[in-house]
Amino acid sequence: MDDFNSETDSDYTSYWRDWFISSRGNEYFCEIDEEYLTDRFNLTGLNTEVQYYQYALDLVTDVFDFDCDDEMREQIEKSARHLYGLVHARYIVTTRGLAKMLEKFKKSDFGKCPRVMCESQPLLPMGQHDIPNTSPVKLYCARCEDLYNPKSTRHAAIDGAYFGTSFHNILFQVYPAMLPPKSQKRYHPKVFGFKMHAAAALSRWQSDERDKMKERLRVARVETGFEDEDEELEDEDEDEEMEGFEGATVQ
Amino acid sequence: MSSSSQDTESWIASFCGLLGHEYFAEVSEDFIEDDFNLTGLQSQVPMYKEALEMILDVEPEDDEDEEEEEEEEEEDDEILGDERPAGYRRTSDRRHLRIASDLSVIESSAELLYGLIHQRYITSRPGIQQMAEKYEMQHFGTCPRVRCNACKVLPVGLNDCPGHETVKLFCPSCLDVYTPPNSRFQTVDGAFFGTTFPSLFFMTFTDLELAVNGVAPHNLAPGLGPGNIYEPRIYGFRVSERAKSGPRMKWLRMKPADVTELDETRAYWEGNEADADRPDEEDLNMIDVADGKAADRRKKIVGRRRRANGAGNSAAAVGAPVDTNGVGAAG
Repeated sequence: MDDFNSETDSDYTSYWRDWFISSRGNEYFCEIDEEYLTDRFNLTGLNTEVQYYQYALDLVTDVFDFDCDDEMREQIEKSARHLYGLVHARYIVTTRGLAKMLEKFKKSDFGKCPRVMCESQPLLPMGQHDIPNTSPVKLYCARCEDLYNPKSTRHAAIDGAYFGTSFHNILFQVYPAMLPPKSQKRYHPKVFGFKMHAAAALSRWQSDERDKMKERLRVARVETGFEDEDEELEDEDEDEEMEGFEGATVQ
Repeated sequence: MSSSSQDTESWIASFCGLLGHEYFAEVSEDFIEDDFNLTGLQSQVPMYKEALEMILDVEPEDDEDEEEEEEEEEEDDEILGDERPAGYRRTSDRRHLRIASDLSVIESSAELLYGLIHQRYITSRPGIQQMAEKYEMQHFGTCPRVRCNACKVLPVGLNDCPGHETVKLFCPSCLDVYTPPNSRFQTVDGAFFGTTFPSLFFMTFTDLELAVNGVAPHNLAPGLGPGNIYEPRIYGFRVSERAKSGPRMKWLRMKPADVTELDETRAYWEGNEADADRPDEEDLNMIDVADGKAADRRKKIVGRRRRANGAGNSAAAVGAPVDTNGVGAAG
């Protein structure tokens, strides 16, 4: 990849997409198929979104042969990156796009969940908006179902619309086997071994909410997808012991 | 950080200046020199005495220090036995007698010892103050969770014994723990910060929590609750809970819209209005999460508690001065 990179750095006209996805900071992108890019139907509406649309498209598809000054060239280059991103958002929800992104997901190309209890669950990129230039890309963890900021600033600059709001959810609809088991493990803030009252009260309340949800799912005969139900039993045992202890002192 | 005077830099300063040691506070020498603060560490750290000398930069040539050492030595003899080199008294030779591997063992012992002292130090008054300054300067980074709006985090250990887990970061906005973004912190033991520190920190600096998304301190976990939970959508339509890939983890980020719902004591006593053991109205409120007046009321309550503790010890006695609900009958 490195060889290729140095080769194409000075030569815009060959394999622009290869250069783009292998350049630093673009690790989240997958390569869009030539056929997908050349099908006009897939590009519907993008001509109003991208400046110098035709030149940008030519550049992306490696048929660019327009003589212009460096400034213009830079403009077109910028447009080409924008166009690629917008097409990318559409491409990754297609069957082939999903498969490509799934491979990257399996390799943890998008990073791992920073939450300790998620035990390095691979993440997926997502946008909070489908309209470009509204918010940068975020990372979605399927285990805790929450959004995180990318670690590196070079990723934090990527537009979230290049991935879209739906992609990560569609991926798990199409590949339900990739869904990680949900974990009930959580962190309990403690001082000298004693649980913090407010935090513990909140976590008990949250556990009640979780049990209500489980009950709803049970009634609807849907799998809950939790892996460690016995973990919770241990917790309950602990509580019971405590209650027993209190009871003993009262009597 | 402390690279100004390289030649006279103390062991502590150079340790804290190392790459990956940015989370450490510089433990004051007074704290280390107080033996009480080191209680029990001797049995946890190999070559304890040498390690302690290294941390304090005690030069064996120094006559004053030697006297101190001799005093300490008497206590240590039983444990350390006759590991001492023969020429212990000729202190100038001592450093030369130590072979390189010995020195590296002492170095790692010193790091372990420093970490364990550090765990205690940052829960002490000067230590927590020092950590507060580091916190203000955002030395520990921010929460990676999007809805926490880059809330500042604190280092935490998941175990108080060394050798179990590396250091993690505690976010006061979502009450969760995260792995530090930079892998250089994955060599730092979590026990060097301890499980207690962040919780104690936010109990100590209640006004600091104001800085958490600008929400008042009694507002628990400002990053949680309605509006701060991610709702999965496909083409704008919410994914159903009943779908196999539907949301299952919302509870983790939930919070009651009205935090007083968390007042378990009140909930328990509701409907038991006439019970003799029922504490009085104000004691039913959970101080940390109760509504607006909680902060000013705190002092009052503490004062009242003290009085109550002095007066008696049973639950009924606590309620007695104010509560009129059937107290007479109980008495």
